[in-house]
Amino acid sequence: MEPLRLFRVIEVRNLTKHFGPIVAVQDISFEVKSGEIFAFLGPNGAGKTTTIKMLTTLLAPTTGKITVGGFDPTKQPHEVRKRFGIVFQDPSLDTELTAFENLDIHGVLYKVPKQVRIQRTEYLLRKFELWDRRKSYVKEFSGGMRRRLEIARCLLHTPNIIFLDEPTIGLDPQTRNQLWTQVKRLNEEEGVTVFLTTHYMEEAERVADRIGIIDHGKVVVQGSARQLIQQTSSQTLEEAFLSFTGSAIRHEESTSLDRMRNAAKLFRR
Amino acid sequence: MSCIYVLWLRQLKRYTRSRSRMFASLGQPILYLLAFGFGFGPIFQKAGQGNYIQFIAPGIIGMTVLFNSIFSGIELIWDRQFGFLKETLVAPVSRLLIMFGRTLGGATVALIQGAIMFLVCLGAGFRPLNIHALPAAIAFMALIAIMFTALGTAIASMLSDFHGFQLVMNFLVMPIFFLSGAIYPLASTSKTLEWIARIDPLSYGIDGLRGTLIGVAHFNLGFDLAVLLVLASVLLGLGGYLFSKICL
Ligand SMILES: Nc1ncnc2c1ncn2[C@@H]1O[C@H](COP(=O)(O)OP(=O)(O)O)[C@@H](O)[C@H]1O
Ligand SMILES: [Mg+2]
Repeated sequence: MEPLRLFRVIEVRNLTKHFGPIVAVQDISFEVKSGEIFAFLGPNGAGKTTTIKMLTTLLAPTTGKITVGGFDPTKQPHEVRKRFGIVFQDPSLDTELTAFENLDIHGVLYKVPKQVRIQRTEYLLRKFELWDRRKSYVKEFSGGMRRRLEIARCLLHTPNIIFLDEPTIGLDPQTRNQLWTQVKRLNEEEGVTVFLTTHYMEEAERVADRIGIIDHGKVVVQGSARQLIQQTSSQTLEEAFLSFTGSAIRHEESTSLDRMRNAAKLFRR
Repeated sequence: MSCIYVLWLRQLKRYTRSRSRMFASLGQPILYLLAFGFGFGPIFQKAGQGNYIQFIAPGIIGMTVLFNSIFSGIELIWDRQFGFLKETLVAPVSRLLIMFGRTLGGATVALIQGAIMFLVCLGAGFRPLNIHALPAAIAFMALIAIMFTALGTAIASMLSDFHGFQLVMNFLVMPIFFLSGAIYPLASTSKTLEWIARIDPLSYGIDGLRGTLIGVAHFNLGFDLAVLLVLASVLLGLGGYLFSKICL
């Protein structure tokens, strides 16, 4: 295995975030190595987005230490920002602009030299099958096209790390499938480290090299899908997940877990 | 600098692509121009104040710039709701530059709307005194535009949804317009109204426009200019500060 893999791109130590009385993230520690695909798997409200916001300079931690690409997001936000691309959980495109214009603004904001900007925009739009629609307004795009455009955009400035916060939410199974194929291919071709969150176990199992299970703001366990399954002598990741997060489900939690199970079944079809 | 330019350009593109906005935001000033201009015209004349269209046109142009700049600033709420704001806030660019780019773009849009209103006024019979004073009038319009776009941005930075918008219109923008002397001469109002006009930033903009376009200024053009420059800088600073404090 190439030595680059050993380099830790993201390091998180005893990270905690409070919102008043709410503890959104509680004393979590993990690391992501260069070139790895790391998935945060957990139900809604587990603290996935809050963690991403702290990693991406949008939110200051209550306590704990973070480094991203070797820099502390609270102390050197611009150094960190240059090095990552992000697809937020909620949309973030300007729908009144065209696909091309959205990428172009991004390129300028990230100070990508004009020539490179033009080349890479074409390369990425072709890769994500949007080149023919580059002059269309984003408001005319379907959900899947918008997601693809956002992924293309976050790669424009050739970041070392990309954060994908539940990128497949609201997409149909075919589109999801295609999206993950593209992400996996990019990870292999460009060596970009991927930090993704999902509440679909199937997706985590399929794309991630390593998975961190997060529940109630805590990282319960981390390892490859196979390790997690073996550790619990389960048959599937779903069983493993349940044995880590406790199958003695508290009432309010049962609904979200049920939803996850149903969603996973749906995805398997 | 290129990031200021690209955000400026974005505002202009959004404006030119939305014809409905272009017309909608001219409707109200045109109504005021016609209803007040022609409605009160005869009385104004009888009172020995001269041609009311001449008097009110700079006020209506100022109003157009005011409404459009506040709206441009408040548009930030849309960007927050539709998500584009996040994209700019994680970029490795100082938030001050982002705010300047947006504000200059919004102000430019307001300035164009003001220029269109100027042409409408010409159509309604308005005749500027001296065509050479036009650049100075444009400068006053630009200052009004920057000042209120910055104010709109400052307010929008503190609002996370549209609920506060109506409040801002009713309790800030309308009073700023009505109390500025845009539609009545400050010289002939009560001492109280005149005093209130002195704390209304728009008064100095309208006064500057009137001074340059019809040669009648209540204050003094140099003073108007100085006040507007100071206020525009202060509001840009305040807007920039509040914008950089935005938490998503
Ligand atoms: N700005 C905020 N203010 C208060 N509570 C918040 C805020 N953001 C998130 N939370 C709470 O923190 C917890 C974790 O949320 P989040 O990180 O969005 O979860 P996930 O992304 O895993 O669904 C939830 O209980 C949520 O309600
Ligand atoms: Mg989330």
